[in-house]
Parts: sequence; C-alpha cells; structure tokens
Amino acid sequence: MVASMAKNPDLLPGTLDMLILKTLTRTPLHGYGIAQSIKRISDHVLTVEEGSLYPALQRLLLQGWVKAEWKRTETNRRARFYTLTAAGRKQLGLEVSQFRQMIEAIGRVLEDAQEVG
Amino acid sequence: MSVLGRWARKVAILIRRNQFADELKEEIAFHHQHVEEDMRARGMSAEEARHAASRQFGNTLQIRERSHEVVGFRWETVVQDVRFALRQLVRQPGFAATAIAMLALGMGASTAIFGFVDAALIQPLPYAQPNRLLDVDESATSPRSNLSYDDYQDWKAMNRTLASLDVYTGMGYLLQMGSVSEPVSAARVSDGFFHTLGVRPMLGRDFLPGEDRPSQPKIVMLTYGAWKRRFDGHSDVIGRSVNLSGGEYTIIGVLPPSFSFAPRADAEFWVPLLDKSNCETRRSCHNLDGVGRLRDGVIAQAALSDLKQIAAQLAVRYPISNHGQGATVQPLSELIVGRVRPILLMLLAGVGLLLLIACVNVASLVLVQSESRRREIAVRGALGATSARLIRQFATEGLLLSAAGGSCALALAGCLMVILRGLVPKAMADRTPFLGAAGLNAHVGFFLAAMTLLAMLVLTGISTVRGSLRDLHDGLSEGGRGSGRVWRQLGGKLVTAELAVAVVLLGGAGLLGKSLYRLLRVDIGFNPDHLAAVNVMIPQNAYRNPEQLNALYDELERKVREVPGVESVGFTDTLPLGCYCNTDWIRIPGKPFHGEHNDVMQRDVSAGFMKTLQARLLKGRMLNDFDDAQHPKVILINETLAHTYFPGEDPIGKMIGGTTLDAKSMRQVVGVVADVREAALEDNALPVEYFSIRQEPDNFFGLVVRTAQDEKALLPQLSRTIGQAHAGLGIYGETTMPRGSPSRPGRCCTSFPPG
Repeated sequence: MVASMAKNPDLLPGTLDMLILKTLTRTPLHGYGIAQSIKRISDHVLTVEEGSLYPALQRLLLQGWVKAEWKRTETNRRARFYTLTAAGRKQLGLEVSQFRQMIEAIGRVLEDAQEVG
Repeated sequence: MSVLGRWARKVAILIRRNQFADELKEEIAFHHQHVEEDMRARGMSAEEARHAASRQFGNTLQIRERSHEVVGFRWETVVQDVRFALRQLVRQPGFAATAIAMLALGMGASTAIFGFVDAALIQPLPYAQPNRLLDVDESATSPRSNLSYDDYQDWKAMNRTLASLDVYTGMGYLLQMGSVSEPVSAARVSDGFFHTLGVRPMLGRDFLPGEDRPSQPKIVMLTYGAWKRRFDGHSDVIGRSVNLSGGEYTIIGVLPPSFSFAPRADAEFWVPLLDKSNCETRRSCHNLDGVGRLRDGVIAQAALSDLKQIAAQLAVRYPISNHGQGATVQPLSELIVGRVRPILLMLLAGVGLLLLIACVNVASLVLVQSESRRREIAVRGALGATSARLIRQFATEGLLLSAAGGSCALALAGCLMVILRGLVPKAMADRTPFLGAAGLNAHVGFFLAAMTLLAMLVLTGISTVRGSLRDLHDGLSEGGRGSGRVWRQLGGKLVTAELAVAVVLLGGAGLLGKSLYRLLRVDIGFNPDHLAAVNVMIPQNAYRNPEQLNALYDELERKVREVPGVESVGFTDTLPLGCYCNTDWIRIPGKPFHGEHNDVMQRDVSAGFMKTLQARLLKGRMLNDFDDAQHPKVILINETLAHTYFPGEDPIGKMIGGTTLDAKSMRQVVGVVADVREAALEDNALPVEYFSIRQEPDNFFGLVVRTAQDEKALLPQLSRTIGQAHAGLGIYGETTMPRGSPSRPGRCCTSFPPG
C-alpha cells in the first residue's frame, strides 16, 4: 500500500481510469479482478481502493468506454464483468499517448535539473 | 462519448435506480467476500479476516453513495434532501408548525403593510411625469391656504417657472335623474386641469381653453366610476345632458379608470369653473387649490421664489385683500400621501421589528432543535456523511421552513390587506383612494420573495454555523448531554437582541396608546351620547329667498320633533367634529388693526343647536328664535375666541365685524359658550363664532338630533321624515356621534358654496 490512488487524486488525474481500461484490454474482469490485476502487475506498488474503484467504474460506464454484464465466475458465483468497448479502446490509446508525453516531459525536466545540480 | 449519450444513460439508471442500487450492493458484497477469502488464505482466522476486510473496505455505504453520485443527477440528491427534510419536519410537527406559523406571521404582516406602502409611496401617482407636478397655494396665517380667483389669474399670467397652473375646488350638486334627486360630489376646475395632470379622457374630449369662463356652455366630464354606475357604461353618453342642481350640463368626456385625484377623491362630476361663485368675485375670498406643472429644467424652489415674488407684488398692489398673503408649493405627492406617510412608515417599522422577532424566535428554535439532534448528526457523520452534505441537509430544512412560511405568509398577507383596507376610516379612505389599490401585485410578490430569501439565508446561515462549529465526533463522545456550545454561544445573544427589539416595539405601542388615550379624553364640549346627525341639501331653484328657507327650517324642525324618541333638534351649516373650514376674518372695532388676518371658524346655527349638543353657556345668552332677519345681527363666540380677542375683558355687548368694518358685517356679541370641538380632535381648540342661521339661511345644512333611544335606529326614520317634508331634498351623510371619533365621512373638505 505504498501508493494510494484515492488519497492522491490530484497527482495524476485520470490515471486510475487509464489503468482500469488497460487492465480490461486482455479479458473482461469483475471489480475485484481489476483491483487484484492492477495490484499484481504493479508488484503491489499500486493499490486500488474500493472507494475509488467503483465510482470510477460507474464513470467509465457512463462514458460508454466499458460495458458491464452479469456472468458466472469460475467458482460459479454471480459477478458483474466489465468489458472494454471500441470507444474505450480508442480512449485508452488517447490517454496512454497523453500519459507518455507527460512522463517524457517530466523526465526531461528531471534530467535537466540533474545536469545543473 | 456524446453528452446526449451520457444523459440518456443517466436517465436509464434513474428509471431503474432500485436495480442499480441492488446491483452495486451485490457487486461490492462480492468484492468484500473475495477480500475476506484472501485474508483467510493468508492464514487469518475467519473472524480476523472479516474485520480486516471491513477495515480495508471502510464505509461501504460511502462507496455506494459516491458511485451513485457519479451516475446520479444533481437534483436527485436535492430531492433526497428535500424528502428527508420533510420527514424531519413531519416527525416534529410541533417544531415545524411553530416555526412556520412564526415566519408566516412575521412575513405576512410585513408584506401586508408593505402592500400599502407600495400603493401609497412607491407606485407613482397616475399622472404624466408626476414628479414635475406641484401643489400650489397661498400662505397666510396657516402655511397653506386656498388661492383666491383673482390671485390665481394673476399668478397664472405673471409666473415664469410653471408650464401651466390650474385650480380646482370642491362642489356639491343635487343630481336629478328622473324623479330621484341625490346629492353628489363634484369638482370645479380650470380648463387646463386635466392637461396639466397629463390625464386624457377615455371617451370624448377634454375641456378646451376658455371653456371655464363665466357664461360659457355648461359641460361636464364623468369619472369612470360615475359613468359605470350612473350611466351603465354606455358609450353613447357623450353629448347627453345631465341635470345638476337644476342646470343642464352636456357630457363631453369620460375619465379613464386609472384616474383618481385624492384631494377631490369623491368627486364624480368634473365641471369647468364657469360662473363665479360669490366667493370668487372677491380677491379676499379664498376657495381654490392650485396644481402646477414645472417648466423643463426648473426646480420647485425656483417656482416658490417666483410665486413669492408675485405674491409680494400683489400685496403691494392690493393691500387690503393681500396683506400678508404669501405663496407655498410642495410636490403634489406630498399633498396626497404626506399625511399617510408617517403612519405607513411607522407601521412598516413596527412589522419590520415583528419580523425580526419572528426570525430570532425561529432561529432559536432551530438552534435548540439542533441540540436535540446532535446524536443523529454524529451518527450520520460516522456513517459517512460529509460535513458539507450535512450542512446542505440542514440548509434544505431551513429552505423548506422558510418556503412554507412564505407560502402561508402570502395567504395571510392577502387576507390582512383586505381586513386592513376595511379598517381605514372612511374619511381617510376618501382622501387616500390609492390605498384601495393595495393588493397582491408584482411589487408585493417581489417583497415577499425577498423576505423569504432573507429568512432562508438566516436559517441556512445558522445551519452552516452550527455545522462548522461542531466537531462531528463531539456528539457521540459527549453522548448528547447538556446544552451545547453552539447554543451557549449564539442563544444568549439572540435572547438579548430579541428583548431589545421587543422593548422598542412595546415602547412604540405604549406611546401610540397614550396618544389615543389623550385623543379620547379631549373635552369635545358637548355630550355625544344619543346624538344623530344628517346632512340636507335643498334644490337651489326651489327655495330662492331667506323667508322660504326659514319656513322650511321651521317645518323640518316641527316634523322631526314629532318623530318618537326625538328630544331636541338643531341646525348647523357644518356638523361639529368636521373640519377646520368655513373660516372668516374678523376685526374688533376700537382695537389696533394692521391688516392682519384674524382667522376664526364661522358656523351658522339654529337656536336649538347648542341646546341639542348640551353645550355649556359661560356668559350672556344663547341664540334664540328671535335672532332673525327682523332683529339686529348677533353673534355667539366660544371661549377660545373670547380669550384670544378679548383678553381680560367682558366681551358681552362688544361688536365684531369684517376686516373693513363694513356696517353690514357688524354683529353684537350676546354670549360666550364653552369650546365645542368643530374641527378634528387632534387640532387644538380654535376660535369659533356662531351666527344665527335665521340671519344667514343657506340651502345646505346639517341636522343634529338628540334622542332618548338608540340613535342608530333613529337614522332611517329621520331620513324618511325629512324626505317626506319636501320632495327633492338631498339627504346624505347620516351618522351618529360616537364618543371619540375624530373623523367622519361626508363633511370634511367638501365645501358647498352658498347658492
């Protein structure tokens, strides 16, 4: 629980939405699955709080970037699975490129600062 | 995604909101369960796992609420708040009813009074550019006195500051329609009167220049009310003739419904000046009032000095009649609303304070009630309600309270205005026709809306203060005991403020009560119990000479005496407690005189008048039936006149005359009577002279009757008896004389010039 998306919403706005969308590119997942997936892939650096996850999912649904449907899990339990839509895929590409640009910009600023220092 | 698509999704969720909530709940429960399983997989006991999962999850309600906020409409939460606030109010009906009633009372009363303030002081007079209109008059012993006809003509010709100057005066006619004759109020005006006011007739035409000169054709304009009532609103009324006191007047126009002229509010027929009355032939006789319109760019002050200069010139040119005659101007609105303004503003201040008290009361109630809800607030806070949300909730409750109070106030104000309109004494209502227009209009609605908004702000402000002052957890830790900090901080101050306001209000009410008490205790100089009075008007063509009039007096007196219960009958030209009017200038031979105007009220009364009033004789004798045309002219004076003009002397046997000591005007004082209040109660006792009505007969007069029985019951019988005495008599203004009624209808300010 090093970085908490919910507690630093101003740090990188929209990052959570992007991570969720990215997670869903591989396979449809339920809320718990999304949280677990992000946690696992980030080596437990990023923990998605439930308090942020569900509002974010509602926001994505509302935008039409994900779809939700009730399905059975492998353990035969009812869960709501989220699927990326075409619009969501497009949005993800947009957000990733914007994010990369930002990271590069931040990186350049940091390197420049090191040279001077 | 398009805004439309998002909106459509929101609507879909709104429609299936229960399903949405259930699904969200299920989803979160599923998540919760998985987290718990994870914990157990890591070796925790079932119990520990549940606790850990709950800790990690935090407040599921909050998660759900925040998720819902994303998809919900903003107004959805507002609806929630309103619904919750309603439940709160319903749960505490006593609190809600008290708060709403107090707000309704405060706002209703102030809105009702504001309605009158609006009608009188805010709505402009119904004339073109009303702020350019001036009330123009002369000034003499009293600061504002009537214009004389000749002075008016000179002022009109000589002034350089007024675009126009016109005059009006009251008039009474006997309207003859078929076989019925009825006394009606009218006004005589100069030709440009309506043009000066900027009023155009609704039908027909205005008076043309020159149509007010003597021996011009008799023409008349009707008010809208007279046209509707007496001519059924027929548009072919123009050109028809109407019989006013025997003269045939051609109707040339009908005034618009918006027209009203408060100084002559009861006038139904408007005629040009035409033939001069007896008074108008003399420069020293003043019976007109002026209304002028300022020239563009001229201020009232300039007009005043202009007219004063003219008055000074006239005083030099006509020293006998115009000595000491000055000029006075004031905005016409001042003449019309000047008398009611202090009353209205006082009332407005009073209800303003009342509203303040109501607001303070409701505020205290809300504060106290909030103390009793500390626990609830704390619990809701712990359950995840943010303090912003809680404040919004309380603000919503305040909003609901003031909205409910405002709606009740609207209904209350409507009723109050109807009641208050009825409470305005008729004499005052006649002088202030604009008050009749007070009602629920846009201004009043706006005022009430502003009041409601203000109340909302106060209540919301209190909610915010109590919301932010308190740490949410206080409520739980203290367990809601005792009175809270907020109440201690604010409540004490509120009570102090309220006490201060209440003291001011009580002080005002006390002073008002004292004034009323004094008015009621004024010694009116006669016994008002069992007195009935009625005004009579005699057609001019029926009784032309004094002998005929005296014969009619005798006949009327005899017939009225025969009415069962009547004890005595008296005649006067003006009923007592009427007005400061019908004045005369006197001069006492042998006393120094420098042209000053010794203004005294003149009354023509019968021998039975003082006896009927039960006035007290102080010296000499009362008038009697022998004081007629065959005997020397005599005069009865009141105590104030004796004190003022015969200080330290015995006035009996002394002579009193007019300013020129003309032989015809000389009369011998035969008696002194204790002051009978002839004018309004609030005026001080004024000098009065009484002439014998047999020496000055007139074709309009008042009849005063003392009865042994109920004076009200006598009135119809009295009118019938007078009506039967001679056909065509006009009878009006039937009244009794209740103790302490300073103003009664039909007398004040309606002058009936002698035939």
